[in-house]
Amino acid sequence: MIRIHCPICGQRSETEFSYYGDATVKRPDEHETDPALWVDYVFTRDNPRGWHREYWHHVQGCRQWLVLERNTLTHEVSACHLASEASS
Amino acid sequence: MSRYSALSVFTNALKGNKSWPRAWRDPEPKPEYDVLIVGAGGHGLATAYYLAKEHGITNVAVVEKGYLGGGNTGRNTTIVRSNYFLPGNTMFYERSMKLWENLSQDLNYNVMFSQRGQYNLLHSPGQIDAARRRGNTMRANGIDAELLSRQQVQRDLPYLDYDNARFPIHGAILQRRAGTARHDAVAWGYARGADRRGVDILQKREVTGFLFDGGKITGVQTNRGDIRAKKVALCVAGHSGHLAKMAGLRLPIESHSLQAFVTEPYKPFIDTVVSYGAGHFYISQSDKGGLVLGGDLDMYNSYAQRGGLPVVEHTLAAAKSLVPGVSRLKLLRHWAGVMDMSMDGSPIITRTPVDGLYFNGGWCYGGFKTIPASGYCFAWTIAKDEPHPDNAAYTLDRFARGGTIDEKGAGPHPNQQ
Ligand SMILES: Cc1cc2nc3c(=O)[nH]c(=O)nc-3n(C[C@H](O)[C@H](O)[C@H](O)COP(=O)(O)OP(=O)(O)OC[C@H]3O[C@@H](n4cnc5c(N)ncnc54)[C@H](O)[C@@H]3O)c2cc1C
Ligand SMILES: [Zn+2]
Repeated sequence: MIRIHCPICGQRSETEFSYYGDATVKRPDEHETDPALWVDYVFTRDNPRGWHREYWHHVQGCRQWLVLERNTLTHEVSACHLASEASS
Repeated sequence: MSRYSALSVFTNALKGNKSWPRAWRDPEPKPEYDVLIVGAGGHGLATAYYLAKEHGITNVAVVEKGYLGGGNTGRNTTIVRSNYFLPGNTMFYERSMKLWENLSQDLNYNVMFSQRGQYNLLHSPGQIDAARRRGNTMRANGIDAELLSRQQVQRDLPYLDYDNARFPIHGAILQRRAGTARHDAVAWGYARGADRRGVDILQKREVTGFLFDGGKITGVQTNRGDIRAKKVALCVAGHSGHLAKMAGLRLPIESHSLQAFVTEPYKPFIDTVVSYGAGHFYISQSDKGGLVLGGDLDMYNSYAQRGGLPVVEHTLAAAKSLVPGVSRLKLLRHWAGVMDMSMDGSPIITRTPVDGLYFNGGWCYGGFKTIPASGYCFAWTIAKDEPHPDNAAYTLDRFARGGTIDEKGAGPHPNQQ
């Protein structure tokens, strides 16, 4: 069971959250015309074995979007910030 | 190497089973191979087998970081079916089914393929319509499918809860040729078959990087020395992203944990495979009597090869709501595998933009059933440098071309596939 330290609600169990995915992917500028960049954004992932920056939604809590640093090999969580405040 | 037969079982029994020959060698690597396959799971071993059998390419190595069959091939719930709807999938899975039907004979190894049928339960009129459409597509392609009414399902599977208030059972779509097989035997049978045709299986040797000459891959680095190869083929399932990165390739794949569960042995109870249509849950009974249960991913990216408790609870709740009779059974074991979840839920079997590198992966929930066809088609792709018609749609560039094959219609979210 992963425990997530929500900046608003404190330490809560993973079952209160829903997972969205990789927080490092960036939507290209809307005027971007190179299809390769859009394909990358929609479909291609680094999928690291180790530290992963990712979005979680505290859907059964404060309903804030969060950015976690979590290790995909150990499930250890080292940081959790509000997505609105996380440096991108 | 001896052939297995009823006579050899009998004579070896008389000798106390002490003189069986080894099923495969444990060779030292040669300096160079024509084809080097990374990953001795079902897909890697089957690819080696068909390279040797169909294309006469026998200077082949399969390099494995652990022991063969220790990855997802030895961890799955062993459901084999060919009931896929979309062009690109339908005939690929049916090729696999046809190979399964003769696999024990072909390998001279009993993979215990049991065509006990698979029932996909339907819980709403919308699901019935979708199942009818899928069934018609299958039948138009010569694949068996039957749509059953609630009464017919009730007759066949009397132990289900039909009147669950939220998800009553309205019917099922049945594929009678579907079933289960013994997962370890599939890995062992292909390993033995490849080995006796000259393939070197190199276990306990982890690939840690690639050798390049100019832009072309010319071999692999391992924790026990370099091995050169003219062609390198990846069959590493959940570790696809990790290895592709070493070759400078990014993939439309994420790694996720999937768990499976076995209960204590029980008298014969469930003589088929049942898939719940209202939740992600499936159940069958092994020959030893344990009920085999499977459910959803843990949902977050993971390379941990273990699952979390929320999914244990979720899966068992689904089991109890569908088959109330299991409520007093004890769980014996549960475990997880690292799944190669692709962005459209369909696999990738292809050459790659990196010269000399071939890729097989993105198997999601369903890569056990495909081991025969995947090995067959990947061997073809490696030998001829062009795809077999049955894997022609499984390219990497389908994502850029708008050619995704998304059976579930879930969009580019690997954990929803
Ligand atoms: C719990 C669970 C249930 C499943 N249920 C079903 C089912 O009912 N039906 C179905 O069809 N499919 C099912 N699947 C999916 C199926 O098991 C897999 O898709 C299939 O076994 C994948 O086979 P593979 O050969 O690609 O991978 P694996 O068997 O995982 O083999 C990959 C191998 O690569 C090796 N490897 C990794 N990195 C390296 C490296 N750096 N160097 C050397 N070797 C390396 C690994 O050790 C491993 O042995 C299930 C999977 C799981 C986990
Ligand atoms: Zn919160």
